Amino acid sequence: MSHEAPPVPEGGSAPADAEPIVRARGLVKTHQADGVPVKAVRGVDLRVERGEFLAITGPSGAGKSTLLHLLGGLDRPDSGQIWLGDKRVDTYGEARWAVLRRRSIGVVFQFFNLISNLTVADNVELPALLAGHSTREARQARAELLADLGLEGRERSVPGELSGGEQQRVALARALVNHPSLLLADEPAGSLDSKGTREVLRLLSRYHERGQTIVMVTHDARLASAADRVIHLFDGRIVDEATFGKEPPRAEGVAGTIELKG
Amino acid sequence: MRLPLLALLAKGPAHGYELKQSLEKLLGTAYPEPNIGQIYVTLGRLEKAGMIEGTDVTQSTRPNKRIYQLTPAGRDAVASWLKEPAEEPRLRDEFFLKLALAPDTEERIALINMQRRHYLNTMRDLSKLAATEDRDNRFSQLLIEGAMLHLQADLDWLERCQEDLE
Ligand SMILES: Nc1ncnc2c1ncn2[C@@H]1O[C@H](COP(=O)(O)OP(=O)(O)OP(=O)(O)O)[C@@H](O)[C@H]1O
Ligand SMILES: [Mg+2]
Repeated sequence: MSHEAPPVPEGGSAPADAEPIVRARGLVKTHQADGVPVKAVRGVDLRVERGEFLAITGPSGAGKSTLLHLLGGLDRPDSGQIWLGDKRVDTYGEARWAVLRRRSIGVVFQFFNLISNLTVADNVELPALLAGHSTREARQARAELLADLGLEGRERSVPGELSGGEQQRVALARALVNHPSLLLADEPAGSLDSKGTREVLRLLSRYHERGQTIVMVTHDARLASAADRVIHLFDGRIVDEATFGKEPPRAEGVAGTIELKG
Repeated sequence: MRLPLLALLAKGPAHGYELKQSLEKLLGTAYPEPNIGQIYVTLGRLEKAGMIEGTDVTQSTRPNKRIYQLTPAGRDAVASWLKEPAEEPRLRDEFFLKLALAPDTEERIALINMQRRHYLNTMRDLSKLAATEDRDNRFSQLLIEGAMLHLQADLDWLERCQEDLE
């Protein structure tokens, strides 16, 4: 199976190369918490290019997960528009979003959302089967991914028997199994220690190098710094943006951060 | 520089250039390259202080070299160095002063955003360094990882500043 993803969404006219994979305008989302409205996203404009790796950072409660959920159709905006490729999708109903998520959008949730009584193999194969692939295809895709993510030999385990880092990788495998054009990942190294974070970082970078478009929410600056661009969310708004390679390299190199005392 | 040199000499006698090479090999490229001049000056001071003892070795084709070994006083100094906890790293106080002295909230937020971008760029440089540096040099990799974790703490603190000031 190739890692070339189909354009988003399927069946549309072939989009021009310059067309962004995601475009959002004026997104607003209010949650209801015990009848009290909470403005989680307050007018966000966003553009993600094909093959781009975008990181979203910001303090807890800034609206990062909500924004990601809007982009994956897991939450509906109060107002604003979303385009995926050349298709306006904010008007889509639940069923059409579900099809999109099966075929073109992979989601890694902040809290894994693995199915606890299914084996690792079944967790990863299920989305492939739901997307209409044959059992044989699903099994092959699963085997390739688990090998790629260093999870060979864990196929028959259930999520509860895995470490946090391993569960995180299974969640990543599940999100990638249908070769989505767009990967949405919410804290993909959420609860991991420094070493586990490094593993996730390597995996995401590898997929990014192969052309995977990624939108990732993270608290971890190391993960964020692997992206092409970082946007900072504060109180439901984008308040800053950093694109790498724009600052000149430091004269003294990074050694300046590592200082030797005389 | 004094105590790292003494600690290296605790492993066995060596001359100045050998010490420089062992330091480089041990710490990798992430660490600032030890300056040979500084090493010779430090060795001279350590000898004067009675921590090490030098012996000249004559070489036929090249200038004589001086081989150093620890004295009992030097050995004690290394032992007590290893027994002491090291001082904690300092906060980036220049940024802190800018933040405290900036004229208004708007400027402070701009400072925080700028600083965040700067740290993220540094983080990226560190990631690249970790990727190019010899994977098998454990100390070098650990040093880079340590720098990254410190930087993460600085970023977390920036976030706290922003939450508090907005
Ligand atoms: N389902 C929900 N019902 C009610 N309020 C919600 C819901 N989901 C999120 N919120 C609220 O919306 C705001 C933004 O939440 P969101 O989960 O998007 O933040 P976040 O940036 O992802 O935070 P964290 O870093 O802690 O994951 C918060 O105030 C949160 O309490
Ligand atoms: Mg969240």
